[in-house]
This record gives sequence, structure tokens and C-alpha cells, in this order.
Amino acid sequence: MVDSNKKTGIDRRDAVKTLLEERGDMLVVTGLGSPSYDVMAAGDHDHNYYLWAAMGSASTLGLGIANTQPNRKVVVITGDGEILMGIGALATIGVQNPTNLSIVVLDNGHYGETGMQLSHAGKGIQLHKIAEACGFHWTAQIEDMAGVKALRDRIHLEASLNFATIKVDPKNKPRVLPPRDGVYIKNRFRASLGYPPN
Amino acid sequence: MQQDPQRKDGWQEMIYPLLKSAGIKHVVYVPDAGHAKAIDAANVDPDIKSVVLTTEEEGLGYLAGAWLGGERGVLLLQSSGVGNCVNTLALQSIARFPLLMLVTMRGDWAEFNQWQNPMGQATEDVLKLMGVMTWRADKPEEIEHLVRGASTMAFEGDCACAVILGQRLIGEKEW
Repeated sequence: MVDSNKKTGIDRRDAVKTLLEERGDMLVVTGLGSPSYDVMAAGDHDHNYYLWAAMGSASTLGLGIANTQPNRKVVVITGDGEILMGIGALATIGVQNPTNLSIVVLDNGHYGETGMQLSHAGKGIQLHKIAEACGFHWTAQIEDMAGVKALRDRIHLEASLNFATIKVDPKNKPRVLPPRDGVYIKNRFRASLGYPPN
Repeated sequence: MQQDPQRKDGWQEMIYPLLKSAGIKHVVYVPDAGHAKAIDAANVDPDIKSVVLTTEEEGLGYLAGAWLGGERGVLLLQSSGVGNCVNTLALQSIARFPLLMLVTMRGDWAEFNQWQNPMGQATEDVLKLMGVMTWRADKPEEIEHLVRGASTMAFEGDCACAVILGQRLIGEKEW
């Protein structure tokens, strides 16, 4: 298999900025690495929870929030390597079948933090097909900004369990670092929903 | 199942009411015979989100998310699953998410399948190495105060807590 991202040119920062436009009371979880920087670059927010470790956990964190906040949209923004490490969680999410959860994979086909080694996605594994087989209501592989805009609108307008891979330009962007204090972002997130630290 | 002669019947039925009285709203689990009664109860309880996992570390992410959303949960797992959780326990450690785990033991006592022994013998040490406090129940009369105490320290004190349910409590697996 060969590098499948060679021809795509979506700027990951543009994609995330578009996804989060007029986000309303949307709750966002980010997977470690570049997706966290991309979401931070679009603007810090009390409704963001950034992961810096626990690789593979972004989607399950999102599920836990979605199951406790059924009236809010929950969006997980993560990378192809991160979702691959917890790929079984897609089956767990499919069984739970929430209609307020969207998983968006910024798929650059590479492990960008570790030297740009090709990932399984970069070698041709189609992540959205795995999600489809796991019972996600709507799945797509997005290759242009019109698709990103349509995804943003779908998240806000439809009650659905969504999974999208956005094929982004593999080039790494300058890091925009979100807060690293896990207790701070936990308590900030809870406070934004009206819950005390404890 | 055969049991330790000192074992009393009914320990499995003690667990679920304790979880309910601790304010648990989410029961997340990898299926296990020792937890069967609690899992069955969770699956038919309309006030509980029952979440079957493909691997135990999914439960750590899920319960962190549930806490962010304002609710408490418990992870039911077997000792082998503790091994699957190791790296992900960074989440509970660094962000001080409350965590309540109930761990049924294998490779602990009267174990026929010696392949269970390496992880079973390491389980409590592994938890401690990752910052999880542990308490061990080998008798039914220990369950109530250990589960209640661990719940308090998890949810009131933002700690990672595990109650180990020993094989002498659970009983021998028949082969």
C-alpha cells in the first residue's frame, strides 16, 4: 500500500476552524497531538477538554460526555493514529448508539508527533468503513472544504451518530499549546456545565 | 462453582445496592462471571447507563467523560483487565478524575489455569504503581465497608480507588 494522502490539500487548521464556527453549546474533546493544537488555534473554550496522553481515549471520553449530556452536541476531534489505538471503542460506541456524538478524524495518514511515519490510514486502511461496520448512522471520508462545511452543518442540525475522516495535508503546523493542567481543564469544563470541582 | 468453605452465599448480590447508594449512574464493564449479578442488574435498570466495553481501558476514558458531564460511574473488570488499563490510568492520575474499580481476581487462589497467574499476581502492585489505591476483600463481610469506603475516597476525594475481590471470595472455577 502507498501513501494515500499525497493528493489531498485540506489545511487542518482551516478544517477545524470551519467545524467550530458558531459552535453554540457544543462540547469538544481533542485527541493528543496535532488535533489538540488545531482546536486550541481555533480558540480556547471552557467547553473543550484537551487530552495530552491516554492515547486512544478521545472517543470514549466523548461517549461518556454524550451519554451524560444528551441534549448537547459532543464532537471528538482526533487523529488517525489516536483513533487507531482505541479502534475497538467504535464498536462500544456503536452499541451505545448515541445521537449527539460525532467523531472527526483529522487524517494526515502519518504519526506527525513522532517523525511522520506512515499510519495504517496512510497505508490505505479506510477508518470510516470501520465506523460504518460498527453502526455509525452517517460516515464519510471528506476531501474538500465543502465537505467540511457540510459536516459542520450536519452536526448542528441532525440527531445522528457521525464519523468522518477529513483527509488533511500531512504538513505539521506550528504548535499552539492548550493548557496542560489536567485538573484545571477538568474543573473548568465541569464549571461550564454548572458542576462544582467536587 | 465450588467455593471456599468459609465463603457465604450471596456476596454477588451485595455489590449492586452498594453501587446504587454511592450514586453510580454508569456501570461500564468487560463481561466477567464474578460480576455477572451486578451486570445483569445494571442492564435492566432504567436509571443506569450500562456500557459493555471491548477492552477495559475504554472504561477509563468513558468514566472521565461521564464525570466531566456531571455523573458517577464504576468500572467492573477482571484482574487481567488491569493490565490493559496501565497507560490510560495516566488520565485519572494527572487530572484527578474520580475512579472506582471493582476487580475480580484470577491467578490468586486455587487457580487451575496457570496462564492467569502472572497478571493475577501482579494486579495489586500494578494498580499501586499507577497511583490507584487498593483494598482487598476475601470475605463477604468485608465487601460493604470496603466498597463504601472506596466510593467515598473516589467521588469525594477525586482519587483512583480499586476494591480487589479475591478468588477465595469468588470461589473456584469449575473445569
